[in-house]
Amino acid sequence: MYQYNAIDQRLVDERVAQFRDQTRRFLDGRLSEEEFRHLRLRNGLYIQTHAPMLRVAIPYGLLSARQLRALAHIARVYDRGYGHFTTRQNIQYNWPKLEEVPDILAELAAVEMHAIQTSGNCIRNTTSDHLAGVTPNELEDPRPWCEIIRQWSSFHPEFTYLPRKFKIAVTGAPQDRAATLVHDIGVHIVRGPCGEPGFEILAGGGLGRTPIIGQVVRAFLPREHLLSYLEAILRVYNLEGRRDNLTKARIKILVRSLGIDEFTRRVEREWALICDPQTASAKSGDSKSGDSSLRIDEAMIARMRDFFKAPAYRPLHDSEPAVNQVTAFRAWYRYNTVAHKIAGYRAVYLSLKKPHIAPGDATADQMEAIANLADRYSFGEVRVTHTQNLLLADVEQQDTLELWRALDALGLATPNIGTLTDMICCPGLDFCSLANAGSIDVAHQINERFDDYDYIYDLGELDIKMSGCMNACGHHHVGNIGILGVDKGGQEWYQITIGGSAGADASLGTVIGPSVAKAAVPETIAQLLSVYIEQRQADERFLDTVRRLGVKPFKERVYATPIAA
Amino acid sequence: MPRLLLRDRVVVNDDWQYGEEAAASVASADASAPASLTALIIPFEQWLNERDRWITHSGPLGVVLAPAHRVEQLAPDLAHFALIGAHFTGPSEGRGYTQARQLREQWRFNGELRATGHVRQDQVFFMARCGFNSFELPEQELKAALAALDIFSAAYQTANDTGLKARLGPAR
Repeated sequence: MYQYNAIDQRLVDERVAQFRDQTRRFLDGRLSEEEFRHLRLRNGLYIQTHAPMLRVAIPYGLLSARQLRALAHIARVYDRGYGHFTTRQNIQYNWPKLEEVPDILAELAAVEMHAIQTSGNCIRNTTSDHLAGVTPNELEDPRPWCEIIRQWSSFHPEFTYLPRKFKIAVTGAPQDRAATLVHDIGVHIVRGPCGEPGFEILAGGGLGRTPIIGQVVRAFLPREHLLSYLEAILRVYNLEGRRDNLTKARIKILVRSLGIDEFTRRVEREWALICDPQTASAKSGDSKSGDSSLRIDEAMIARMRDFFKAPAYRPLHDSEPAVNQVTAFRAWYRYNTVAHKIAGYRAVYLSLKKPHIAPGDATADQMEAIANLADRYSFGEVRVTHTQNLLLADVEQQDTLELWRALDALGLATPNIGTLTDMICCPGLDFCSLANAGSIDVAHQINERFDDYDYIYDLGELDIKMSGCMNACGHHHVGNIGILGVDKGGQEWYQITIGGSAGADASLGTVIGPSVAKAAVPETIAQLLSVYIEQRQADERFLDTVRRLGVKPFKERVYATPIAA
Repeated sequence: MPRLLLRDRVVVNDDWQYGEEAAASVASADASAPASLTALIIPFEQWLNERDRWITHSGPLGVVLAPAHRVEQLAPDLAHFALIGAHFTGPSEGRGYTQARQLREQWRFNGELRATGHVRQDQVFFMARCGFNSFELPEQELKAALAALDIFSAAYQTANDTGLKARLGPAR
């Protein structure tokens, strides 16, 4: 994985010192609440319902065992012994003390981590495919590009005060495991007409109040121009994105109001000026900036790729470790491990979706134990998935039984990856000052209602995504089943959508009808699933059945009889 | 009291006057003598509306862009200005950063590029990297802002500063 050099280290250290000074000035009364707000947000610090919340970046989801131990240490010393992994491959601490945050940041800097730009109206953590580098059908490992973007976007002098937050995701495989179509910019590694390496660039996707699927701005961008092109998009957005209305300030609104053609025209025009600044002024002279300084040369690509070289895999053959083993292990192996491009290896999910635990939460003890397992079984690396689970990417198949036993003892072997109970869920009303309704307790109810694994497995691939408010941190719009908490006269109600997808075939879900009471959510889901089970054809997924039949039969079933709340 | 500001890393007395300040000093002295040699800053809006009037000003002339102004609007008249300001309306305003880079990089503006309005020590590092070389700050922050110009010793991106070594970009 990427290793800081002296300059990277100095920059994060200098950032800690800067924020320490800013915090001191705020506590002394020399910085106003409003001025400090902008500064603390750019260091990941929110003020939440109960306490500050600190969001720490895990660039493209990759952690070393040492870093995970540091996260555990922070959870134990500065928080209440746990952390919450998010859909954007970050970790959040819900109970830090404001005055201790500079110390936490210093602890992070000591292990090459930071909370820089994890909040605020700036370029956020760049996310990616958690199976990067190990999935069999990948075109190219996206992580070197993510690191290039991470560096370019860190402390970007021009784009630190954007109209609104800005999220970039990069993938290199046909399956989209990073929800790139609902990002401000989605970057897909592709090949040009003659096989030349480059990117497809999408913009204008996003969830929140106005969910929109991203559109293609450029079908093929030669790879050396990635940064200058990103700079052009950001520049158009920085100048033209709305700043008068917070809810209309994301780039998706700009793209929609201009139309993709006009937006693209403006980006291309700005890009031409960045590539050749003299065309603007027609003045000659040395170009001190422009694309020449942003062009990514082969040496840099090689340097970055070097950091993500394959680990020292042993020459092994594929085996079938689950054959003749106990049922529980067989189920776990089938659902919680996936194919690896190297023979004899599997990628292993650690489910953070155990019933009665908030989705995405892990305790300090679990994190430390996982770090040890990573050292033992997976070259000392751990990954965070967009679906709020963890992953050991490089496990020898023959070790999986042993690993399963260890994970089971830790409560991390719930065999539910990709199934109904592998829910994405925001912190909701329990923690978040924005939320209208709880989400964690609804997740608990769903887990209680659906505890029969034969039934869950029979449903096949299905995702439920839940947000406690329309800011959509739980990505409800793109859940096969989406659940949105709404406030109705001081009570928590839930609006249900079906047919959403965050994958390469991304789509937004359709609302089935009036929202339902909290206690009725599990039964409503059961009704939806009963229609699916009756109507599905062959191996059809829930999503495909909804797409084929439309919302109508589902809606009719749910609202045919009043649901007892 | 003359205004103090940070320019080219030195705290100096501002030798420019804003239009309204100049008008006031003329009125109090000799109304018949136009302050024609005064280094004068006017809002860009005023330049747009009364170009014929201001073009005869024989002293140095500066204009201040509002966030919504586009650099291309001003570019044809660039030769008339020895100073261009970009105005920051509050702590979240960010368009001035782009205006500065466009002026420096695309239009090769070599005069004084001044950050006005809500300018604080916590922003000057980024502003300087975008090409600003003078900063109107609250007086009590001038010293801290000078130090803040060096708050980071390196950068990941090439921009408009000299002396800061940039990590990204071609290996050098």
